[in-house]
Amino acid sequence: MSTQTKVDKILAGHAFAKRDKIIPILQEIQEAEGYISQNAVVKVSRHLSMPASKIYGVATFYNQFRFKARGKYHIMVCRGTACHVKGSLSALRLVEDCLKIKAGDTTRDGLFSIEVVVCMGACGLAPVISLNGECHAKVTPEKLKNLVEELKLKETK
Amino acid sequence: MLNIEVNGKAVQANQGETILQVLTRQGIKVPTLCHLPGLAPSGACRMCVVEVEGAPSLIPSCSYPAADGMKIKTNTPQILSARKAIVELLLSNHPQDCLYCIRGGDCDLQRLAKQHGIRNRVFSGERVRREKDTSSPSIVRDPEKCILCGKCVRVCEEVQNVSAIDFIHRGNKTVIGTAYNQGLNVSSCINCGQCVLVCPTAALSEKSHVNDVLKVLSAPGKYVVVQHAPAVSVSIAEEFNYKPGTDIDGKMTAALRKVGFKKVFDTSFTADLTIMEEGSELVKRATGGGVLPMFTSCSPGWIKFVEQFYPEFIPNLSTCKSPQQMMGALIKSFFAEREKIDPANIVSVSIMPCTAKKFECGRPEMGRNSHSDVDYVLTTREFAELLRITGVDPSVLEPETPDTPFGERSSAGKMFGASGGVMEAAVRSAYFLITGGEMPKYTIQELRGMKGSKELRVKAGKIELGAAVVSGLGAARKLMEEIKAGRSDLQFIEVMTCPGGCINGGGQPLRADIEAVKARMNTLHQIDKDAPLRVSHKNTQVKRLYEEFLGAPLGHKSHELLHTHYNKRDVLA
Repeated sequence: MSTQTKVDKILAGHAFAKRDKIIPILQEIQEAEGYISQNAVVKVSRHLSMPASKIYGVATFYNQFRFKARGKYHIMVCRGTACHVKGSLSALRLVEDCLKIKAGDTTRDGLFSIEVVVCMGACGLAPVISLNGECHAKVTPEKLKNLVEELKLKETK
Repeated sequence: MLNIEVNGKAVQANQGETILQVLTRQGIKVPTLCHLPGLAPSGACRMCVVEVEGAPSLIPSCSYPAADGMKIKTNTPQILSARKAIVELLLSNHPQDCLYCIRGGDCDLQRLAKQHGIRNRVFSGERVRREKDTSSPSIVRDPEKCILCGKCVRVCEEVQNVSAIDFIHRGNKTVIGTAYNQGLNVSSCINCGQCVLVCPTAALSEKSHVNDVLKVLSAPGKYVVVQHAPAVSVSIAEEFNYKPGTDIDGKMTAALRKVGFKKVFDTSFTADLTIMEEGSELVKRATGGGVLPMFTSCSPGWIKFVEQFYPEFIPNLSTCKSPQQMMGALIKSFFAEREKIDPANIVSVSIMPCTAKKFECGRPEMGRNSHSDVDYVLTTREFAELLRITGVDPSVLEPETPDTPFGERSSAGKMFGASGGVMEAAVRSAYFLITGGEMPKYTIQELRGMKGSKELRVKAGKIELGAAVVSGLGAARKLMEEIKAGRSDLQFIEVMTCPGGCINGGGQPLRADIEAVKARMNTLHQIDKDAPLRVSHKNTQVKRLYEEFLGAPLGHKSHELLHTHYNKRDVLA
């Protein structure tokens, strides 16, 4: 199903929605597409008769929304309290440096994206990252670097 | 009536008034940054805090209603230190480049820092680096200078109903921006510049063309001519310490010659011409079954508004170009031919109360043979800057008159500068076009004043027209929705983008309050009252232009030079 019709379908499901439905609509779009595209913002704005700037303003207020498509490899770095104490900040910096993007971004080749999450509920295994939903426990800088380099290598082959 | 106490003195207040309103009436000037008179308070900046006896903390006076028995103090050490701290915190993240800043010496933040005796940097926060947005032909946004007071967002939303910008992100990452942080040029911004008028710092300013104009003024082989809009002569004086509403038309013309412009033309002349064309168009539409209601097309912000939000109403827009563009087209055709100057060597500058005119003159359809009809637009503020740079002081000059062939004007054309003026001028001439006689009384009081929406039924001979005048696009949108819902008693509608019309345009002198705007309006009406020539169709230079060059209104030449078309516009909205 193309991008267009997914958003249209979601909006059709909210036929007489008013502005109070903005967050559920955005959540559904993100669920379906993995992110909130510019096109989606314009469509939601027309559907709710609200300015696009307002939709974007509301969406950016919340950490849960992404504005770039996820990469093939989506890395989530936990920045919860336990992970923070165990050094998740340096883990995040390392991933950012390796991929030359910031959290919330996607590499230009569309392979990698980084997201910061607040807690994955695995505090006993801190620091934790997740790669496409698969958890990696007690990551060290070396482990992380190897993981990323392996993926990069795999893609260049 | 409420009895309250201010600094130990008994004071009376009205039910529903905010503390700030009471204090202002008492002559106590409470500092504010985010307060916008006339709009609902946002209480964002906290500059206006006062002490209320019994309250657990300081109270923002802009958003707190006065109550009976309230005891208010306005300048205790606690208040002063709280206000000072707010300014110090705002400065912690602010570029320290006042010397180079466009608002240097005319900045609310700078003024507050001075008023609160801030002499050194108390907090130094991390300086956030953000790129300027120079994508718009009219307005420059510099997010580094933004203090997030939110006035621009509120004006854009609540007054203009455009909402091109909003708060993006959250907490210390908050910025003001467009959807997806795109450039203003692809946003729904209509370039009206009302945001510039309310911005306390240089986060928003007009795109300046002063240097370009200075350059062409001294360029060899260039013939630089200038036109000035009706609303400029009644506002430019404020930049030179005259009181609001002072008209310095003649001195301004003299100053323009001193600066080095070869010819000075009055845009009110083409306003008269617009009336001839637009009036004829209206009569033709009304009698020939054309699309009605017809909307005026002088205000470029409004035109973009229709193109992007109401494209189905494009056929309702008058095809007449705005007076600025009519003048531009005539300068590079009729005038160039008459004076035997190659249009390529003519540089056409216009002085406008408007930032959207900068956008308008760059529209691709506004020119011929790859020459723009108008090359540079200066706002009233930039014009004042040009005069200061060149050292020309209009106050000491003897008044002069504008140049032929575009120098004569009726006071009807001059009134284009105020909301209702186009309608009043059009009614006067339409009456003549329909009946062949003059109106018994020219002044139409119902169309005057600062109200956002004014209506009148006009009778001329057998024809009766429903006329409406709206200013401020919020008011315009309301009327558009009524028409969309089936309202059909209106035939001619004047729309001005800015509330009150061009006298309150986005290019006008800063820090003008509603009283100053009213003073400018009153002056235009006074000019009309005193004028010997009060109708556009009696302007002899306009008549001669038709005889020598254009033929008749709506004729072939007119169509080629004075009329245009509009296109549906896709914007990020």
